[in-house]
Amino acid sequence: MELLPPFHVATPATIAAAVAARQRQATGRFIAGGTDLMVNLRHGLGDPAALIDLRGIPELQHVTAGPDGLVIGAAVTLAELAEHPAVTSRYPAIAAAATAVGAPAHRAAGTVGGNLCLDTRCIFYNRSAWWREANGFCLKYKGDTCHVAPTGKRCHAAFSGDLAPALLVHAAEIDIAGPDGVRRQPLAALYAEDGAAHVRLAAGEFLVRVVVPADPWPAAYAKARARGAIDFPLAGVAVALRRRGSDVDGLRVALTGTNARPFLLEGTDGLLGTPVSPAWLDRLGRLVQKQVSPMRTTLLAAQYRRRVAAALAQRLAATLGGADAVGHAA
Amino acid sequence: MTQAAKQVRSFRLNGRAHDVLVADNVLLLDTLREALGLTGTKRGCDGGECGACTVLIDGTPRLACLTRTQECDGHSVETIEGLAENGRMSRLQRAFHERLGTQCGYCTPGMVMTAEGLLRRNPDPTEAEIRAALAGNICRCTGYVKIIEAVEDAARGAP
Repeated sequence: MELLPPFHVATPATIAAAVAARQRQATGRFIAGGTDLMVNLRHGLGDPAALIDLRGIPELQHVTAGPDGLVIGAAVTLAELAEHPAVTSRYPAIAAAATAVGAPAHRAAGTVGGNLCLDTRCIFYNRSAWWREANGFCLKYKGDTCHVAPTGKRCHAAFSGDLAPALLVHAAEIDIAGPDGVRRQPLAALYAEDGAAHVRLAAGEFLVRVVVPADPWPAAYAKARARGAIDFPLAGVAVALRRRGSDVDGLRVALTGTNARPFLLEGTDGLLGTPVSPAWLDRLGRLVQKQVSPMRTTLLAAQYRRRVAAALAQRLAATLGGADAVGHAA
Repeated sequence: MTQAAKQVRSFRLNGRAHDVLVADNVLLLDTLREALGLTGTKRGCDGGECGACTVLIDGTPRLACLTRTQECDGHSVETIEGLAENGRMSRLQRAFHERLGTQCGYCTPGMVMTAEGLLRRNPDPTEAEIRAALAGNICRCTGYVKIIEAVEDAARGAP
């Protein structure tokens, strides 16, 4: 692989210093664990004059659990999150999603903010510089054609972070710091369905913390991948399901790996008020298959990812819903 | 290509204080292998996918191909060269030898350092815990069984 491009690293100790450092460097990039960005930079995907390492800022470093819920600093590593007692006991879907990222050495370095702002991935993008140049580059970087959908107008690279769906089904909010101070918004509003601009952050803005409401619904996360570790998700699904008696009283389903953004499934209200049954699971599966839009961005077929996304959603919902329908075909 | 400015970075390397003059864009893997001559740490996939370059940073297994030397300033770095004492292999290294946990040997330094990190944190791991800890280390020779047995042996105090 190529050497890293020349850059210097800034290590601000406050949010204000980090914003100022970014404003001084038009081509600067924020970085934390670097498990994804280091690889991309060595592939010639970006040429920042400065990296601004956010891990030295105290506000980003801690997980706290209290009556108002769970507050997760953006520089908390995935390993720390996965092992935090409040997370493993009360938010098992978040712990499962954090544990599903990469392998232990990635989780020891990679952070919550990095995973939520992870670059999108595609077999035409995550390649060496000479490979991409020989292929005429692509719409996402330096080119003007998407090789996945050549007649399309936008990039179809897939968002591949595991943590986002697990946080989305818990209705998490995020604090974003920037030149105008800190603002809070739903996590779902961070993302856009465009593989080349999927994270809605202005220049100089970065994630400070994630706030997860207290009293979470029972939830779970599962992903499909070629190997049992290391790999990004071909599809990842989080389901939060609350019951009243045997009826489903609340349902949130979120997906990753299938679209340019992680997203909450729409139309789940139509599945409320009845128990989980084989017919109910069929309806859920159809809802997932209709809304995911995997493209030819991975080595495995898009149709497989569509079906496996539905199957994972059904499997998790069956378990959370108490139905004996595990393994129900998509 | 313009050259990035170099700075002195100080860290403990295998228990001894080291100062290296290095630019911010230099990877720990290159500093270890090219500047310090510690070629035990292997360059495998060179892209964070295979675990061959695993070293311990502050006792935790980390990938030297994804870590900048600048990040190690003020921290402790341990490589495979730091395990043997007075020319004698550590118990974990001996277990890999006795159990035939190494064949071509290329993944071995990364495997050993990952297992070393596990055993320091959890001296009596289950097989499942060993498998989970080694999940990021790829071996194309052994089929992993002998590696897992070696770690189990080292944890039990054998051979």
